[in-house]
Amino acid sequence: MTAVFMRKIWFALIVAMALTVQAAQAASLTVGYLRIDAPMPPTLSNLDPLPEDDGLAGARTGLSDNRTTGKFLGHEYTLIERRVPEGGDATEAAREMLAMTPYLILDAPDDALLAIADMDAAKDALMFNAASGTVALRDDECRANLFHTLSSDAMRTDALAQVFVRKRWTDLVMIAGIHPQDIAYAAAMRRSVRKFGLTLEGEKTWAFDADMRRNAAQEVPLFTQDFGDYDALILADELHDFGRYVLYNTWVPRPVAGSEGLSPVGWSPVIEQWGASQLHSRFRKAHARPMTARDYAAWAAIRTLGEAVTRTDTDDPETLRAYILSDAFELGGFKGRPLTYRPWNGQLRQPIAVVHPRALVKLAPLEGFLHKTNELDSLGLDRPDSACGAFE
Amino acid sequence: MKPAFFLAALLVAAAPAHADEIWVTNEKDDTVSVISTDTLEVIATYETGERPRGVTFSKDYSRLYICASDSDAVQVMDPETGKILHDLPSGEDPEQFVLHPDDRHLYIANEDDAITTVVDVETRKVVAQISVGIEPEGMAVSPDGKIAITTSETTNMAHWIDTETLELFANTLVDSRPRHAEFTADGAEMWVSSEIGGTLTIFDVATQKEKAKITFAVKGVHPDRVQPVGFEFTQNGDHVFVALGPSNHIAVVNARTYEVEKYILVGRRVWHMAFNADGSRLFTTNGVSGDVTVVDVAKRKALKSIKVGRYPWGAAFRPTP
Repeated sequence: MTAVFMRKIWFALIVAMALTVQAAQAASLTVGYLRIDAPMPPTLSNLDPLPEDDGLAGARTGLSDNRTTGKFLGHEYTLIERRVPEGGDATEAAREMLAMTPYLILDAPDDALLAIADMDAAKDALMFNAASGTVALRDDECRANLFHTLSSDAMRTDALAQVFVRKRWTDLVMIAGIHPQDIAYAAAMRRSVRKFGLTLEGEKTWAFDADMRRNAAQEVPLFTQDFGDYDALILADELHDFGRYVLYNTWVPRPVAGSEGLSPVGWSPVIEQWGASQLHSRFRKAHARPMTARDYAAWAAIRTLGEAVTRTDTDDPETLRAYILSDAFELGGFKGRPLTYRPWNGQLRQPIAVVHPRALVKLAPLEGFLHKTNELDSLGLDRPDSACGAFE
Repeated sequence: MKPAFFLAALLVAAAPAHADEIWVTNEKDDTVSVISTDTLEVIATYETGERPRGVTFSKDYSRLYICASDSDAVQVMDPETGKILHDLPSGEDPEQFVLHPDDRHLYIANEDDAITTVVDVETRKVVAQISVGIEPEGMAVSPDGKIAITTSETTNMAHWIDTETLELFANTLVDSRPRHAEFTADGAEMWVSSEIGGTLTIFDVATQKEKAKITFAVKGVHPDRVQPVGFEFTQNGDHVFVALGPSNHIAVVNARTYEVEKYILVGRRVWHMAFNADGSRLFTTNGVSGDVTVVDVAKRKALKSIKVGRYPWGAAFRPTP
């Protein structure tokens, strides 16, 4: 597109804004994005560095989506961003942000999340966990002021289990890493295996400290030899440390799934349908990289607030909270179905994509996995499964 | 039988190579398929730019306009030869468009740019670019040519454009992911489909106020998968045929009472549609199954499916040349 063209567009934009920003006292929403850095253990490969603005970039794209809608309705949106380095004071940073706005998007370790949610200053806040999949946060450790836009580990492992059932890969084995995230993922996977009537015939822990770039070919076949035969191998390697060296190196030739290989994810660049390619191209244009599941979760959080402001014409937290949890709320999330919130634990209901790095394999819930109210609740903690009492 | 159709039928009998045609864009094959409404077979396939979606003819049917989304152009094709004559400047990622009754101005939704571009097809110049909501898609123009509509999928609005000043004069909220818009023939109502919301919203054009909303329920299909996208009015304006996307059904809606009278099973992920000359048959594009379903309009039943290219999307009717 030529520069003249671009100028014309900007001019049109400014004129449109001038025309639409008329009557004042309209809703004005400020959202805070707070990231609390946690120590990241080293991984064997340096091939895929995490983007510095993982999550935050999604919030920024969501902000610009909200602003476009807002300019037609006279609603204003602002994003304030804050990052606390390792060892910094998470609750103090949260307190400062809560003094400016009751709406926070949090990318924080679980203990910091709960510490923030339990602060007096956060009592009437509306906060979104956009980075932790820990099941307990949706279960007995849930908090009434903490919604979740990132899919839980259980939602993802249930999606993978549905694919196993559909493919009749019923005999499974698993290798889990030693990090808390790996252990949590493995626990969610065991629960999904039971839930969908599959069997886990063997489990091993990957505690090696060898550099697998040199000897994967020798180590993995031996390591997987005593599993015997099975239909698929599951990897619980959420930090993406050793898993990439397992593919094509197993003793028996079998598919690899879980953290690597066939992976259940909340969002991925390989999702093309349902208008997703438009969101990807908008995101890529703005941030020069692909959109991750964390970006998506932060995007969904800020869009949730935007959608609620658009429909209710207010920035009042109590009204927005009630609207978000009501049947009237629905978010277009580029995954082929309206996204809504579970009223029992504040989790955003959403399809889970089961992907490999080059294509979408299935979108869960798969056809045939029925549910008496909403098929999306066949993924993760359904109302009877959740011990969360804070919401209802 | 209407005289025009009778004449057409005679001509078909005399020269079967010149039957009426339905032109279908194949989004992932970069082609258009030409279907004979007489033999119900594909009689020609022509290459287009990348990702062809919206498609429409000039008033005299001598030019075919194609939104080649990934080529960032509206292409002009000679339907007699299938040759691309030239490209029109369209703005980025044109998805759908509508030809103004003046036969001269195309109103184009630029999906990636949150803009509606107005192009003069004679001078081949951009007349205006109008900022709208995110992911503009559905385009309509009132029968008197005074109002153009753009719907934006992520902003969830119908934007009302005054075609004289080329400025927005109203922005109305609809349900999630509005995809398509149409005016009634008398210009009194404007209808918008919402894919994720699962509804059709009907506006009173004079006041731009919502006057009714239609919901759908297909037996055996979860409501979330009943997703209205393209729709067309019958010639007499009595009924509206609505494509319901991944529910694989077309709904027949009574345009006077707003009641859904029937659901017709067609191919997978039905997008858009076009009627034949006398409105007795409807041709629907089915994205996932890569075919076109022919519906007997009176009997409200699918007659046949015709294999076309990959991911058929838009459809346009062309009478016997």
